[in-house]
Amino acid sequence: MTLFAFALLFAATVAAYMLNRAAAASLARRGERLHSLATFHGGFAALVVLLPVFLVILLWLLFQGPVISALVMGGLPEGVLDGLGKGEVSLIAAEIQSIAAGQVFGTPEPWKLEAAERLVRLRATSGTLLVVTVAALSVVLLFLARRTVAPEFRARHGVERMVLGILVFCSTVAIFTTVGIVLSLIYESWQFFRLVPITEFLFGTNWEPQIPIRADQIAGAGAFGWLPVILGTVVITVIALAVSVPIGLFSAIYLNEFASRRMRAVVKPVLEILAGVPTVVYGFFAVLTVAPALRAAGAEFGIPISPNTALAAGSVMAIMLIPFISSFTDDALAAVPRALRDGSLALGATRGETMLKVLFPAAIPGIVGGILLAVSRAIGETMIVVMAAGLIATMTINPLDSVTTVTVQIVTLLIGDTSFDNPKTLAAFALGMMLFIVTLGINILALRIVRKYRELYD
Amino acid sequence: MEDLRLTERLVGTDEVKIQARGVNVYYGESHAIKDVDVDILDKTVTAFIGPSGCGKSTFLRCLNRMNDTIDNCRVTGSIRLDGQDIYDRSVDPVQLRAQVGMVFQKPNPFPKSIYDNVAYGPRIHGLARSKADLDEIVEKSLRRAALWNEAKDRLDQPGTGLSGGQQQRLCIARAIATSPEVLLMDEPCSALDPIATAQVEELIDELRANFSVVIVTHSMQQAARVSQRTAFFHLGNLVEYGETGQVFTNPRDPRTESYITGRIG
Ligand SMILES: Nc1ncnc2c1ncn2[C@@H]1O[C@H](COP(=O)(O)OP(=O)(O)O)[C@@H](O)[C@H]1O
Ligand SMILES: [Mg+2]
Repeated sequence: MTLFAFALLFAATVAAYMLNRAAAASLARRGERLHSLATFHGGFAALVVLLPVFLVILLWLLFQGPVISALVMGGLPEGVLDGLGKGEVSLIAAEIQSIAAGQVFGTPEPWKLEAAERLVRLRATSGTLLVVTVAALSVVLLFLARRTVAPEFRARHGVERMVLGILVFCSTVAIFTTVGIVLSLIYESWQFFRLVPITEFLFGTNWEPQIPIRADQIAGAGAFGWLPVILGTVVITVIALAVSVPIGLFSAIYLNEFASRRMRAVVKPVLEILAGVPTVVYGFFAVLTVAPALRAAGAEFGIPISPNTALAAGSVMAIMLIPFISSFTDDALAAVPRALRDGSLALGATRGETMLKVLFPAAIPGIVGGILLAVSRAIGETMIVVMAAGLIATMTINPLDSVTTVTVQIVTLLIGDTSFDNPKTLAAFALGMMLFIVTLGINILALRIVRKYRELYD
Repeated sequence: MEDLRLTERLVGTDEVKIQARGVNVYYGESHAIKDVDVDILDKTVTAFIGPSGCGKSTFLRCLNRMNDTIDNCRVTGSIRLDGQDIYDRSVDPVQLRAQVGMVFQKPNPFPKSIYDNVAYGPRIHGLARSKADLDEIVEKSLRRAALWNEAKDRLDQPGTGLSGGQQQRLCIARAIATSPEVLLMDEPCSALDPIATAQVEELIDELRANFSVVIVTHSMQQAARVSQRTAFFHLGNLVEYGETGQVFTNPRDPRTESYITGRIG
C-alpha cells in the first residue's frame, strides 16, 4: 500500500508538471508574454504537489506504528495487563506483533490471537486510508497549481524559493540532529548529577560503578569519581601519539619530498587503505598479536605484564592514527608554495635542509591542527580499547598496567541492565558529556589553527 | 651619436664566465631548447628576450641546474662555468647553486625574519665564523640590494610583511649573501610596480661591478636599459646573440626584427 501511495505521488507530480507546462506553452503560443518559461510553470506545479504530499506520507509512516499499537493495546480485554510492569507490557506488545507477522510460538492465549488479528485489520485500513488521502490531496493540489498559470505569474521565483528551502533543510538536518543529541546528553547527565554530586564526579579518584540491583543485595554504594577513567584515556592517548606522531611525520616527509614517483604511487594508497580498516580489526590485532608479544617480551626480562595493557591498546591505536597524521602532514607540506622550495634549493640548500628549515616550519600550523584532530580521535576511539585495554579503573600512569578509558566505561555501563533510573546507567551519559566537551574543545582549537594557517598562503 | 652609445655599452671585460655548447633540453618528449651555444661574459648584464614559452626560463635554469629538480626534464650538451663542466659527475649541484644565485619572477621570501632570510644561505654554507661575521654579511647584502635603510630597524620582522618591491630586493639580498659569481634573474620585475622596477634596475646595474648577471625579461625597454648583451630566443632556438645596441638597432635576423618591432610575440 505504501508503495502504491508513492507511485500515486509520482504520477501526480509528473501530471502536474505536464499540465502546467502545456498550459503555459499554449498561453505563449497565443502570443502572451510569459514572465517565466513554460518549464518553470511545470516545475512549480510539480513541487507544489510533491512537497506537501511527500511530507504527509512521511508523517503517516512515522505515526502509524505507535498509533495502531496503542489502539491494539487499549482494546485488550479488561484485566490482562493488570499488575504488569512496563517491560512486561512491551514484551506482550512485541509478541502480538510477531503473531501478526505469522510467527506463532507455542499456543498463545486466545486474546493475543484476537489482538493480532485486529492489528492486521488496522494496518490494512491505515494503508487504504493513506492511499485515499494521498489521492485526494494530490487532486486538490493539482487543481490549485493549475490555477496559478498566468502570463505574469513568477513561477521561476517560486521554483527557486522552494529549491532554496529544500537546500536549507538538508544543510540544517545535521545541525538539528547534533543539537538533539547534545540536549539528550545534557538531560541524562543532569539526571545523573541529581543522584551523584558533580564535585564527587569531577574530583573523585575512585571509580566503582557497582550498585545493588535488589534492595536486599549486599554491595558497595558505588563510587563515581571519573579521574582514574580519564587518566586511562590520557595514558593511552599519550602512548598512541608518542608512537604515531613521529612515524606519521617522517613518512609524510619522505613521501612528500624524497620518495620517487613510483614509491609514492604505492605507499600513499596503502596508507589510505590503512585508514579504512575497521577499528575492530585493529582490536583483534591488539588482543591476538600485540598483547601476547608484549607478555612474551616482558617474560624475557622477568616483568609480569597483564594481558590487557595500556601499551598494547595505545600502540595499536597509533597504527590507526599513522595514516591520519601522515596524510594531514602531507597536505600541509604540499600546501607550502613551490616557490619557497625552489628559493631554498636555488640558494644551494640540500633537499634535507630545505625540508628542515623551510618546508617543515612553514607547514607546522597545519601539522599541529592534524595532530589535534588525531588526539580527539584517539580520545573517542572505543573498539580498540574495549578489546585491549581492560576494565578496571586504576589510578596509574604505568603503561604496562591494565587501564580503562572513558569510552570503555560507557560501553560497559550500558551493557545489560538498561533502565535509565539508576546512577550506574546514567553515569555513562555524564562520561559521554565530558568526552564531548573535551573533544569539542580540541576540535575547535584544531580548526582554528588550520584556518589561520590557510589564510597565510591564499 | 652612434659611437657614443657604443662606448657607453662597453662591457666590463671580455672574459667568458659561462660557455654553453650544443645545449638541448627536453621535457619528456617535448624539445624545449634546441642546440643553443652562448658565451656569457663576466661582469656583464646579459638579457634573454623572446616571446613567452620560447624557453628563456628553461635555459636560465640550466645554468644553475635547477632543472634537476623538475622530474621529467633532461639536459644534454655542455655548460662550462670558468671552464668546469657543471653537468660533470664530480660537480655537486648544491655547491654550484651557491656560486650561481637565482632570483625568481615572484618574490618568494621565506616566512622568517628579514635577518634570517638573508642569513639563510651563509648559514647553510658556513660562510660566517661568528655572529658578528654574519651580521656583517647581512648588512652588506642588504646595503647592496638597496634595502638596508628601509629594513635596518625591522630586521627581526617577517620578510613576508614587506611590500612587493622590498620583498624582491630582499630576495636579491638573499641571493647575493652567498657571494655568488653569477646571478640569474627570471623576470625579476614582472610582479613589481614601475617605481620598484626602477629601483631594481638601478640595482642590477650596480651589481654588474661584482657579478655576471643574466636577466630574463619580457620588456624590451628593460633589456635595452640594463643589459650590455642580449640573446633573443624563439621557439627554443637562440636566434640572435650580440651587443645590446646592435641587437635592438640593427638586428641580423628577420625574426629578431619582427619581434622587436612587435610583429611576433
Ligand atoms: N616543468 C615543465 N614541464 C613541462 N614542460 C615545461 C615545463 N616548464 C616549461 N615547459 C615548456 O617548455 C617551454 C619553454 O618554457 P619556458 O622556459 O618557461 O618559457 P619562457 O620562460 O620563455 O616563457 C614551453 O613550451 C613550456 O610549455
Ligand atoms: Mg619564463
